[in-house]
Amino acid sequence: MAVAAKTGNEAMAEAMRQINPDVVAAYPITPATEIVMIFAQFVADGLVDTEYVPVESEHSAMSACVGAASAGARVMTGTSSQGLAYMYEILPIAAALRLPIVMCEVNRAISGPINIHCDHSDTMAARDFGWIQMFSENAQEAYDNTLQAVRIAETVKLPTMATTDGFIISHCMERIETLEDDQVKDFIGEYKLTPSLLDIENPTTRGALDLQDYYFEHHVGVGEAMKGARSIIKSVAEDFNKKFGRKYDLIEGYKLEDAERVIVALGSTCGTLRAVIDELREKGAKVGLLKIRVFRPFPADEIAKALSNCRSVAVLDRVEPWSGVGSQTFVEVRSALFNLAKKPKLINYMYGLGGRDISLKELAGVYENLKKADSLQEVNYLGVGE
Amino acid sequence: MTAKPGWKQLKEGDILEAGTSQKFTTADWRSERPIFHKERCIDCKLCWVYCPDSSILLDENKKVCGIDLEHCKGCGICSFECPVKPEKAITMQNEHK
Repeated sequence: MAVAAKTGNEAMAEAMRQINPDVVAAYPITPATEIVMIFAQFVADGLVDTEYVPVESEHSAMSACVGAASAGARVMTGTSSQGLAYMYEILPIAAALRLPIVMCEVNRAISGPINIHCDHSDTMAARDFGWIQMFSENAQEAYDNTLQAVRIAETVKLPTMATTDGFIISHCMERIETLEDDQVKDFIGEYKLTPSLLDIENPTTRGALDLQDYYFEHHVGVGEAMKGARSIIKSVAEDFNKKFGRKYDLIEGYKLEDAERVIVALGSTCGTLRAVIDELREKGAKVGLLKIRVFRPFPADEIAKALSNCRSVAVLDRVEPWSGVGSQTFVEVRSALFNLAKKPKLINYMYGLGGRDISLKELAGVYENLKKADSLQEVNYLGVGE
Repeated sequence: MTAKPGWKQLKEGDILEAGTSQKFTTADWRSERPIFHKERCIDCKLCWVYCPDSSILLDENKKVCGIDLEHCKGCGICSFECPVKPEKAITMQNEHK
């Protein structure tokens, strides 16, 4: 185990070097550029024996990933925002073909208006394409999630993205602990897809016309795999913890056990919330955090169980989906709580769009508001100019 | 007719044996069918080259011998490309005739 100062992008690139995938096809985009840029340097320096495919767009990058994964290669890519949007057409194809492609995705606002900074618009819009989605709180988790993503994707046989928050994690340097190369090699193991598309002795067809005959059945198959992914993600996390001593789960609570007022959040904001909670707890306030690490598959049962005893909950989402009824995580958390006999009062805050800063004071204000949650409207903006 | 396999029976990822299109007719929306006139054919194989559905049949001597009407969608490219004059060796005829 080595201790190093790395940005989120460097941490993910380092994980990719240790994974040493067979094929990486990528197109650089801010703020994910560095991931594939650093990795391209690893390729040029001969530190990995990856076939690096510098394509002309993200659409081609994901297409090349699908082709390489069908041939049986261990495949990775990295992208962000418009780049991810440009991949949207191919993302569900990767899932339907059950290809374990791993993506390092840096969360960034979607245009327009043009913005290169962090929010979750890009990743949330890709939530229905059959990809497992993991959010990272810091560079350490970005590194650990990337390593676990390989095991998860190949066991579930679904593509998996590990995400960080643009600039906040991707470009900020933190202390992280990295594993030894052989530890990573041992953890992710060998990968072999059978049958391979390149097996000309036993030729196969991929992605054949499905129409009314089997499209429905194939969709159900992906859905069932996604349901089954929950236990696999948990067991991969348990193995990671057993081997390397860092604990992960689908969701994570911070001072949640006796909390009356709780904030649900994803990504880097969870780190800020821990500081706010520590401060408020010193004053005797029973406040807590529920962090969602895995958003797809959505850990509805775990969330319902974790929130069943608190009084009021604010779901924070770094995205405004223009649905008119609140943001994605809020809607899904509310749905998770629906069948509980005793429910907390639930409100929604959309915040931090396009990299808008979120302060300790604002988050403390959300906990303050939760005292009078009954009188608040259900859907709210935090930190927006009126 | 046997029941179709359900989702539990399907292979993961829609991986199938090669050549499945041979078992599937792509011809049922055809409105015009090509008629092959063996006596006019000069066996230049332009129809075979141009056919987008590999529906021009060759015999054991690799000579054009007919049309696979299970896969011909009636695009008429074979007839259009046929160079034989004054009457082409492949002509199109309305399916309803």
